[in-house]
Formats: sequence, C-alpha cells, structure tokens
Amino acid sequence: MIRSVESTGHHDGGQPSQSPADHGGNGHSAPQRFVRVRILRQDAPGEESYWERFEIPYVANMNVISILQQVAAQAKSRDGRRVAPVAWDCNCLEEVCGSCTMLINGRTRMACSALVDRLLDESADEIELRPMSKFPVVRDLVVDRGRLFHSLERVKAWVPVDDSYDHGPGPRISPENQEDAYPLATCISCGCCLEACPQFTKIELVRREDESADDFEARRTAAFDAGFVGAHAISQAMLFNGHPTGKMIADERLTALTAQGGIQMCGNAQNCVAVCPKSIPLTRSIARAGRAATVWAIRKIFDR
Amino acid sequence: MAQPRVLVIGGGLAGLSATMRLAELGVQVDLVSLVPVKRSHSVCAQGGINSVNSLTRQQGDNEWKHFDDTVYGGDFLQHQPPVKEMADWGPRIVDLMDRLGVPFNRTPEGFRDQRRFGGTLFKRTAFAGATTGQQLLYSLDEQVRRWEVEGKVKKWEFWDFLEPVLDDAGRCRGAICQDLVTMQFRAFPADAVIIATGGCGLLFGRSTMSMVCNGSAVSRAYRAGAWYGNGEFIQVHPTAIPGADKLRLMSESARGEGGRVWVPKTPHDPRDPRDIPESERSYFLEERYPKYGNLVPRDIATREIFDICTNEGLSVEKDRLCVYLDLTHVPRETLDRKLGGILEIYEKFQGVDPRVVPMKIFPAVHYSMGGLWVDYEKSSTGGLVEGSPRNQQTNIPGLYAIGECDYQYHGANRLGANSLLSCIFSGLFCAPGVIASCDSGGKKAAEESSRLFDSGLRREEERHRALLVRTAGDENPYDLHQQLGNLMTRVATVVRRNDQLAAAYAEVCSLEERWRRCAVSDSGNWTNQNVVFTKSLGDMFPLAKLVLKGALQRDECRGAHYKPDFAMPGIHATDPVEKRREAEAWCDRFEANTRRWLKSTVAACGPGGEPEISYQDVDTSLTPPRPRLYGLVGGEEIEDVWKERQNAATVGGNAHKGPAAFAGATG
Repeated sequence: MIRSVESTGHHDGGQPSQSPADHGGNGHSAPQRFVRVRILRQDAPGEESYWERFEIPYVANMNVISILQQVAAQAKSRDGRRVAPVAWDCNCLEEVCGSCTMLINGRTRMACSALVDRLLDESADEIELRPMSKFPVVRDLVVDRGRLFHSLERVKAWVPVDDSYDHGPGPRISPENQEDAYPLATCISCGCCLEACPQFTKIELVRREDESADDFEARRTAAFDAGFVGAHAISQAMLFNGHPTGKMIADERLTALTAQGGIQMCGNAQNCVAVCPKSIPLTRSIARAGRAATVWAIRKIFDR
Repeated sequence: MAQPRVLVIGGGLAGLSATMRLAELGVQVDLVSLVPVKRSHSVCAQGGINSVNSLTRQQGDNEWKHFDDTVYGGDFLQHQPPVKEMADWGPRIVDLMDRLGVPFNRTPEGFRDQRRFGGTLFKRTAFAGATTGQQLLYSLDEQVRRWEVEGKVKKWEFWDFLEPVLDDAGRCRGAICQDLVTMQFRAFPADAVIIATGGCGLLFGRSTMSMVCNGSAVSRAYRAGAWYGNGEFIQVHPTAIPGADKLRLMSESARGEGGRVWVPKTPHDPRDPRDIPESERSYFLEERYPKYGNLVPRDIATREIFDICTNEGLSVEKDRLCVYLDLTHVPRETLDRKLGGILEIYEKFQGVDPRVVPMKIFPAVHYSMGGLWVDYEKSSTGGLVEGSPRNQQTNIPGLYAIGECDYQYHGANRLGANSLLSCIFSGLFCAPGVIASCDSGGKKAAEESSRLFDSGLRREEERHRALLVRTAGDENPYDLHQQLGNLMTRVATVVRRNDQLAAAYAEVCSLEERWRRCAVSDSGNWTNQNVVFTKSLGDMFPLAKLVLKGALQRDECRGAHYKPDFAMPGIHATDPVEKRREAEAWCDRFEANTRRWLKSTVAACGPGGEPEISYQDVDTSLTPPRPRLYGLVGGEEIEDVWKERQNAATVGGNAHKGPAAFAGATG
C-alpha cells in the first residue's frame, strides 16, 4: 500500500494517504508517501527462499523498475536492517527487450510496464514481487531462461539463407502476409507464456562434482529437449514456415514440433495468449501448427 | 597454423553482423555480452533503415545524394570515405536483411514500403512497423544462433568486458572478462577483439538508452590506450516521453508519417488540445522551416523545441517542459499499420491513446556520435578498401570498434535511420579486414603463454576485491550516478556555455573523488549487481571528462554541439548593398571557422585519467564543406554568395569531385 510515515494502518482503496506528521514545517508541501513491497528472495540456487519487506518513497507514475532501483539505492529493509540490494534483470525499460519478467502480485508480467498506481488498485496493502517459477532462480528475481532460447534452436527459428553476400532482395511478400507475420515476429522472448503454461514445468539441474562443464551442458540440453518446447517456439516455427524462404525447411520444423516435448504436449489451456505482453496470437499459431503437423503426418504415411 | 579466433564484445546489430560474417568466413567467434544478445539495445530502434532504393532512384536519388545528405546533416565532421562506402552498401544491406526475413512493411504489390525521415527529401527509409531495430536484431540473432548450432560461435551472455590484453608490442591479444553470475574471471585469448557495445547514455542519467548503455567497455578500452573521437557530440532526440526511470523514445517516424509539432499560442493553455482551434496553435517547425517542416534534422528540431519551452515560455505544461506531437489527424488504420509499436509504448506508459489525444513530448539524450577513434583505408574511388585490416581498427592494433561505439559515420549530428545502417555496415564490412589482421600477427593468441594474460587477470581480480571490501564508505553509488546524470544533462546537452562546462569539469572530478569512498552494500560473490554497477559508474567519469573538455574547448556551433556565445546569426539588413556586405562577412567567418574547427576531436587518456585532447584534419576530399543554412534568416543571400565563391574556386582549378549542387536547405 501507499502510506504516510505515521500511517494508522487503514487504507483507502490504494489512494495515497496523507499524514500530518510529514509536513516538514511547510503546510503546502505534499507529505512523503510510501509504497510497501514484499519480495521473495533467494541468495543462490539451492538456497532457501525468504520474504523481505521494503518501503519506498512514492513518486507519481512510478513503475516496478523504479521501485527496484530505489530498493537498490537504499539497501535497507522496512525494519531498518542493512540488506544486500535485490537482484533483478532489466534493460530497455520500454517492454521490448524481454528482460524484466517477474511475478507481480501473482501475475507474470514485465516489471517496466507494471505501473504502481494500477498495482495498488489491485492490492492496496503491499505489492508482491516473486521470481518466475518455471525457471531456476539464479538470485532473487533473476532466473535462468536459457531453456527458452534453446527452444528456438529446436524449431530452427531462422531463415536458412545461403550466405550473407549480395543476391538481390528477398522474396516479394504481400501486405497480408507481412501483417500476418509481423505480430509473431514481435515476440520478445520474455517467457510469460511459459510461466503461465500448465504443461511447461521447471527443469533445474545441478552440476555434479565430478562432471565437466561440457558434460553438464550436454545433460542439460538433453533434459531441455525432452521438455515441452513452449508456445513461443511453436509460434516462431509458424512464423518461419510462413516465410517463402523459411518454409524450405518447414518439414524439419514440423519434425521438431511432433517429436518428444512437441506440440502434442499442449493442453490447450490458452493461458499463454492471455498473459502475452505483446498480444501475440499464440493460440492461433498453436492451432496452425497442430493442423500442419496432422497434414504432415498423413503425408508422411502416403510418401512412404 | 591454428585457426584465428575473434572475440566480439557486444551483441547488438553491429556485434551480431560482425559475428555472422566472421563465422561465415570460417572464423571461430566468442561473443561476450552483458545481456542475452537478443535483449541488446538495438531492439529499441524504431523508425527504420536508410538506403537508396529503386523508387527513390527514379526520383533522382542516388548513393551520392545519400552520402551528401549524411555529411551535410552531420555538419561535415565525418571523414568522407567511410560514409561514401556505407551509402554505397546501403541497398545491398537492406536487401540482405530482407532475405533474412525481416518483416518490412509492404506496398500493395508486395515491394518494400518506404517512408521519409529527417534531413532528406527522399523516401529512403525501409521499416518494419515501428520496431525496425528489433526486427533487424532478431534476424541477425537467428543467423548467429544457426552458427552457434554449427559450433562456430560461442556465446558468453551475462559476461562483462573488463580490459583488453596487450602484448609487449602493444598489439591486442585478447581480453579479461567476468561472469556476472558466478563473478569468476576469465582470460579470452583472441587474435582480434571487436568492441561493439553501443552508446554511453547513462552518463546523462536518464536517456532513451537501455540500462546496459553505460559506456564501460569503451571507457575500459580508452583507459588501456585507445583514443576516443568527437566525444562532445551527443545527439539529443527531439521527441521522447518523459519518465521517472527512463526517457522513452518517440520515433522520428511519428513525424515521418505526418505527425505535427505544435504549442498553444497562449502559454499553458488549460484547454483540451483538441478544443484549441488551428488559429490558436503555433506549428513552429513548419513555420520556421517551410521546406523540411517537422522533419528538420534532429539537432535543429531539438533546439527549437527546447527554445520554445525555455525561452519563449510556451511549454504546454507549467511545471514540466513539453510540446504536443499530434497524430490525431492521421487515419487510425494508417497509424496502427505503420506506427503500432511506438503508439502502444505511449499508451502503455502514459495511459493515453495518442491516436485520439496529442502526445506530450520533450527532447532526451539519444545517441553518441562520438566513440572510439577508428582508422580506415581509402580506395582510389574515394570509398574504402575492402579487406584492409585498418578499417574500423582503433589505434591499438588488433582492437576494433564498430557500431555506435565508433566515431566514424555521423559527424556532428546523425540523421534518423542512418544508425541501423552504420551498425550493420561496420559489422559486415570490417570482417575480412579483421581476419587479415589476425593472420598478420604471427603466433596465434591461443599459443601465447598464459603469462601474457595473468597480469590482467590479477589486476582485475584486485580491482574487484578492493571494491568489495569498501563496505564502510559513506557514498552511495546510485546517488552519485544521479548527480552525475543531472549535471551532464544540465550543462552538456542542448545548450552549452563555457563557464558551466568548466565548473562541471571540476564537479565531475569531485564526484569521482567521492566515488572512491563508495560503499557497496553487497559484499557477496554471486550475481553481485551492486559491485558491477559501482565499477561501471567509476568508468563513467573518464568519459564524462572527455565529453566536457571536448565541449569546453570547441568554441563554435556544429551539429549537436551548440554554444550560443559562438553562434553565427543570420543577416538582417534590408538594403541590398548592406545585405550583400553582411552575407560576404558571414561567408568569411564561416570559412575562417571551418579552417579552425573542422577537425576531429581526439582524446587520449593521460596519466591520472585526465583527457589529453588533440585535433585531426577531416577528410573532405569528396565534397567541400558548405554552410548548413536550414531556416537561417537571410539564408538565400548567403547561399548566393557562397555559390559564387564555389564557382570561382572551381574555375580556379580547385574543383572537387562530385556534383557541386547546393543541397538547397534554406527552404
């Protein structure tokens, strides 16, 4: 909640309350108001997690990033203890890099576009921040999303060009095709769709003492390959299967999508499309992929 | 002989294009980045990428004119051969990106659609919605992922570049980097190192840049002996959305698609902007620059917006400086199709629909024209020699710089949609030269004894340890950063004055002193973002100093560098004879100023970290510098005098290559 320094504990629907205690001698200046935040922390992989509470001066139009910047700057918990700053990922702060995904008031979303005023409308007492639950925690709100990028390798999410020399322009593309492809191409790899998906479950491996880095990497990759590939990757496969050059390896993508951890794992919960910050039509991609995979499977039977 | 190995620092457009081309040429690449490369700052570029194209060509455009617009827009501060080579490569680069699958907007017939950007009269800009940078980056990221699967590229994401490793002969043989998760240090032997780490917007606190754009990698190269060129040239973008954590870019494409900038003629008019009649609005850019209108070059648009708010008191709001950027007259369908992404940003962060209500915007620090000094080898046709190891090489052999972190392409002011081109061009173009350089070094870095790398490793471990134990200091790194940013924004952006710059230099020195007393609040050795930030803050001071000193010493106005005390006002006489005399005097002064100041600023890091500045002549062999007269009062008269002088010089045998046509920028 937002509260003043001497808050009596009541709240008024998340609207900033004022306190006579904080006028600082000037009857006209606004009293300092505070936002309460609780953050689920974890010092390192394998460690116990714990809650820590902070109180941050309220600024108009602030977002969750501003809160975390302030948490780092003050490095002090609500009860006045000196604590290490909370670790979190961010970069562009305009919802296009995909870094700052976390669970905010229980919902998976980007911290940069999570405006505090609106969060307080949802839960006026306190804003809650937790790391994503489907990826291994590195520290505090930082998680390892390597698996997400690995899925892009699995479905060969690229146009298989010969080389980067000059061969003239790419294929002619109708405006309809472009308008169909562009939304899929705006996927920022944030992982919201994976966090919300009941079929996408956490894979967290620990390197054994006698294991080389390469062996660990190979074991991890094998585990990833067995797990669900995820809505984002299915949608990317459809993006490239719809491109005139990209579709030249459409069968390879469909092979990946029908292998272990492929599209058959999708339970059609449709959570992915509901949480996508870019409003990408993920379920449409999944439906298309399902149809393409069925047609392809039948064709394979007749081609034998 | 062992295969060459190249280390690329930074995975934005420049780093990824270099990586892709190097891998394709058979070189093993290590790619180090602070963030997963797909999250690099290039994703924020919105508007598009420039090149001559089949349409503009038939309207009289050609590569020469793209080159000419770029150097004219940049106030002639760039060496011309690299710019010519870049303009020549433009069409090929856009074709390549098209082949890689970038979903460029299309015409009804299926060709790439083009829009107009600032500083040109041609529709040269190809675009993918309003997230062109994101789309270009993704297609390169995809190609690099392909090479990763092939085993030619190894990515080191969440790694920080700490210093280059130089051998006894002063050649770069690799680098020391740190894993930002485990905090482990590692030496990377490499036969060449390419720095592609973008701009340094964080020197100014809040800017349109991403949080990784702290300039630390460049600063570390600079402290190791690399020169820094044109540091004082910082582009302030005319249109950004003010915010507490960041100033979010509102792309120039908003104006390219018809967006109009205006303020109410009544200061702080309280009415809803939609209720203010046309007659009570001032479309000040259109009024002052009838030819270019809202699409004057960025430095000019920025100064006009700044001026109308601060000097004329016509800011839309009383407590906050801003003007209207109005798209409400453009059909909703067009806006959604061509500007969807950026309008969503405005809506998401401001909670107002810009299709219905005019946006409120204000200038923000956006791009570093300056950067690491790099070399080039000029060809007989005035461009560059492809494959020369000198192209994009810093003064340290084997150490290269590409993309926004080099100083080479944009002079005193960058034109919109030229940055994506320069990033991809420098990345692709440098690759064969880098390989030639690797092959010239004799013994491969991997065969060097580990001793070469040990001292760097030890130095960085010690630097890190020293920061960690400083838990008892009384300074807070985040507060210091805010103070540095406020100071730099106040004195070193739109308007610069010598007294303020000199005072700011002293203040930066004292902030740096205070930084030495910074306490880290996290002394741990696992994902310690606190100590990493503190370290990068320390690296901002050398850059801040060279920006300030370069600005202080440069007593003129050029592009983004504007000092009112040295401005050359227009001519105001009405009597023809007097008018002519003033125009002659104006041109005399212009010529004298060109002789004095048409020079690259080159900063070298002196002992103690103070910048030592020298000046180098600019190669203007392709087209001679001419006055930039966008909207200047009496510009026509000055232009006449200037043309006469040029003609006389040509007759005198002093002809320059290329069309002598005046760009005709007086409107």
